[in-house]
Amino acid sequence: MLRLHYNLEKLSMGMVAAIIVAASIGGIVEIAPLFKIDETVTIPDDMRPHTPLELAGREIYIREGCYACHSQMVRSLADELDRYGPYSLAAESAYDHPMLWGSKRTGPDLARLGEKYSDAWHSAHLINPRDVVPASIMPSYPWLEQSLDTRLLSAQLGTLARLGVPYSSEMVEAAVADAQAQSRPDSDGVDAVLERYGEDVAVRAFDGDPSRLTEMDALVAYLQSLGTLTNAAYEILAEGETE
Amino acid sequence: MNAATTLSQSERQVGFGLAIALAVLGLVMAAGAKQGAMAVHGAMAMMLGMYLVFYIGGSFYQPEPNADRVNQYYDAPTRFGVTMTLIWAMIGMTAGVWVAALMYWPEATPAVPWTSYGRLRPVHTTGVIFGFGGNALIATSFYVLQRTSRARLADSISPWFILIGFNLFCAWAVTGYVMGSTQSKEYAEAEWYADLWLVVVWVTYFALYIRTLARRHEPHIYVANWYYMAFILVVAMLHIVNNLALPVSFGAAKSFTIWAGVQDAMIQWWYGHNAVAFFLTAGFLGMLYYFLPVRSGRPIWSYRLSIISFWGIVFFYIWVGSHHLHYTALPYWTQTLGMTFSVMLLVPSWASAGNAIATLNGAWHKVRDDATLRFMFVAAVFYGLSTFEGSFLAIRPVNSLSHYTDWTVGHVHSGTLGWVAMIIFGAIYTLVPQISGREEMAWPHAIEWHFWLAVGGTLIYVIALWNAGITQGLMWRAYDDHGALSYSFMESVQAMAPYYLLRTIGGAMFLIGAVICALNCRATYRLAPMSTEVSDRPLNPQPAE
Ligand code: HEC
Ligand code: HEM
Ligand code: HEM
Repeated sequence: MLRLHYNLEKLSMGMVAAIIVAASIGGIVEIAPLFKIDETVTIPDDMRPHTPLELAGREIYIREGCYACHSQMVRSLADELDRYGPYSLAAESAYDHPMLWGSKRTGPDLARLGEKYSDAWHSAHLINPRDVVPASIMPSYPWLEQSLDTRLLSAQLGTLARLGVPYSSEMVEAAVADAQAQSRPDSDGVDAVLERYGEDVAVRAFDGDPSRLTEMDALVAYLQSLGTLTNAAYEILAEGETE
Repeated sequence: MNAATTLSQSERQVGFGLAIALAVLGLVMAAGAKQGAMAVHGAMAMMLGMYLVFYIGGSFYQPEPNADRVNQYYDAPTRFGVTMTLIWAMIGMTAGVWVAALMYWPEATPAVPWTSYGRLRPVHTTGVIFGFGGNALIATSFYVLQRTSRARLADSISPWFILIGFNLFCAWAVTGYVMGSTQSKEYAEAEWYADLWLVVVWVTYFALYIRTLARRHEPHIYVANWYYMAFILVVAMLHIVNNLALPVSFGAAKSFTIWAGVQDAMIQWWYGHNAVAFFLTAGFLGMLYYFLPVRSGRPIWSYRLSIISFWGIVFFYIWVGSHHLHYTALPYWTQTLGMTFSVMLLVPSWASAGNAIATLNGAWHKVRDDATLRFMFVAAVFYGLSTFEGSFLAIRPVNSLSHYTDWTVGHVHSGTLGWVAMIIFGAIYTLVPQISGREEMAWPHAIEWHFWLAVGGTLIYVIALWNAGITQGLMWRAYDDHGALSYSFMESVQAMAPYYLLRTIGGAMFLIGAVICALNCRATYRLAPMSTEVSDRPLNPQPAE
């Protein structure tokens, strides 16, 4: 082997080729099978994609770098199950471009956050965490009360649809209207939202004010949806316990 | 001095043309996007292009460089690259100290979007990894490539294109984050057009490297160049695959990665860990393999060992990314492969570290007396330490404790402060006098100060976070006698406060050291070159092309 290298290091393109080969094998072996697994890992029947409002909230979550302090991946360890809830399934993030599993828990995991707190708690907490949790070191986000920019929303759903997320063309077209309606429980569009995304979707004035569509509406709607897109994780855990 | 005067008249014209093209590109971007981050970035490119038009235009009436220049190494780009390295060091580390302070004192700075923790943190990571680390790699690679090949860079335009283009990428990335534009993939947060731009820069970099190697006057390619080459090639591969994305519109800085869920996680950490391997390790090993022997005046201890460790690193590293995903929804066998290879990786890693330390055998008196060499020695030691720690953290049960905690962050900084930054400083203190035509830095004693600040800062940082991480991990999994969790999450947050404070202090010391280094380099640049020739490896004269 040393001899081979001795000759190789006289040829720059030879080194280039050898490096590429050596550095490709591991990636191919580990990554390629995941795409086949994807076909076999079934997406649960009750799994729904995010509503436009939740998706807009997810974009705010990304923009503000919440993932730098919060994970969304409960590992299959006893203490995590006790602290957060059922461990996360691959299917739960199957529609997530990109995934937000995170790598650091400066704050707690959020994968099972949905409906743990009230909307009002979330708004107050985001505006100033120390108002509700005095010793918190989480940053304040007072600017989330600005109105939500929905100009790209429909195009975003369209792009995700092209990447395989099950958004119908109707959902893409109605994206902005659906986002409005989800934060206005009394409005006409509500039924359409429930019809498109399922009866379990939360329709509320998330920031407490139905007259304005704000970033707070979107982010809180997203936080409240975490872990509620499918029940599969709870079902699998329950099965495991009865066995 | 106008750096364009190192170019011939025709090269200046090419540069002028490229500057105009950049300004036009910026204009098209700004006009196409109209608003948001992409418009700002277009305006930035346009302004940079216009600045370069005037800068190069201003050199048109200056004399052409000496015709003898083809017989000299071309170090002006390296000089610029070192300057950018130090500027980014200050930007990136200031952001680091800032986010560190925010974790202790969340209301230290007013709650405005641009300087919120989540936006500044990627400014820190991109600023130090790409800005500080990347510029250092490019600048030293030009320097090392020429000396070890005894050939001048293949042309004089592309090194400038590479450096300026790369810095534009970094500037786009960090200004994007503060405006809220990010892909959120760790270490690959920049948006799609910046990623495309980086591909163009990188292809040029690779071409320059290969073309210069082709002109070498040595039959063999020196070890350092293998590593630089692996760095260039594999980073290209990682960058392209991980960043495949579909823009929402060509006029907006928003795209969706084509990968989703568990595949995205695997690809992200295949990228993420190999950014560690090929950005933060391979390239810097190249630096080590050149500057350590040069500074200590001793040949590399074992050539065979360097071959084994090179191929070991190139082959094994690619497998280990899945150790970031233990106990997650990633298939179990993939996690196991990642763990196994991570442990095996310790062999080539320690072979490299050992090879470096054994090289110093017989030169220990120099290590004692010369702070520059001591930087490199400490770098090799921390390289050994952090790879040992890494292999340990990759073992599944250990990772169950360490993952998500500050232990990871402690590991990261023992690698980046102790290894990456130290080897950069060692290389800078060796090459800056050389390219300034001096025997030594302007303020030799300041190197000693810097050294102790850096070592002290690193130790405080790393030891504090080891304690923090292990405490956190143990608190999260502690049960009381009744089988209930002993601590609420908030209690673990509060337990971190003293460690976060210490880390901020250690980081601030490290930053002060870096500022001293920058001032020292500036002072050295400003000194007139000495009249006597400073010894350098002779270049082999080239016949004109
Ligand atoms: C500097 C790190 C940091 C950042 C950035 C951060 N958080 Fe937090 N977060 C924390 C900490 C620490 C806690 C625990 C204390 C508390 O509840 O405030 C927390 C708690 C929370 C909780 C309560 C979770 C629970 O189960 O009790 C939610 C919800 C939350 N954060 C959402 C967010 C959102 C949304 C963002 C982005 C807009 C964000 N966080 C950004 C550190 C952070
Ligand atoms: C001035 C000294 C530095 C300080 C104070 C500092 C501080 C920090 C802080 C506070 C974080 C966030 C940690 C967290 O999320 O809990 C961080 C992350 C990080 N820093 Fe630094 N840093 C410094 C220097 C560096 C250098 C020189 C490098 C690289 C060359 C570096 C690379 C990183 C990386 C890669 C991360 C991300 C770690 C992860 O996600 O696990 N840092 N740093
Ligand atoms: C043999 C070599 C190494 C191995 C096996 C290794 C292993 C690991 C492991 C297991 C983690 C923790 C993953 C997690 O739980 O999330 C990690 C994180 C990390 N390591 Fe290493 N490490 C090695 C060397 C290095 C070196 C030399 C550096 C820096 C120069 C480095 C930089 C990092 C970074 C930046 C992260 C944090 C990634 C993130 O979560 O954002 N590692 N490494």
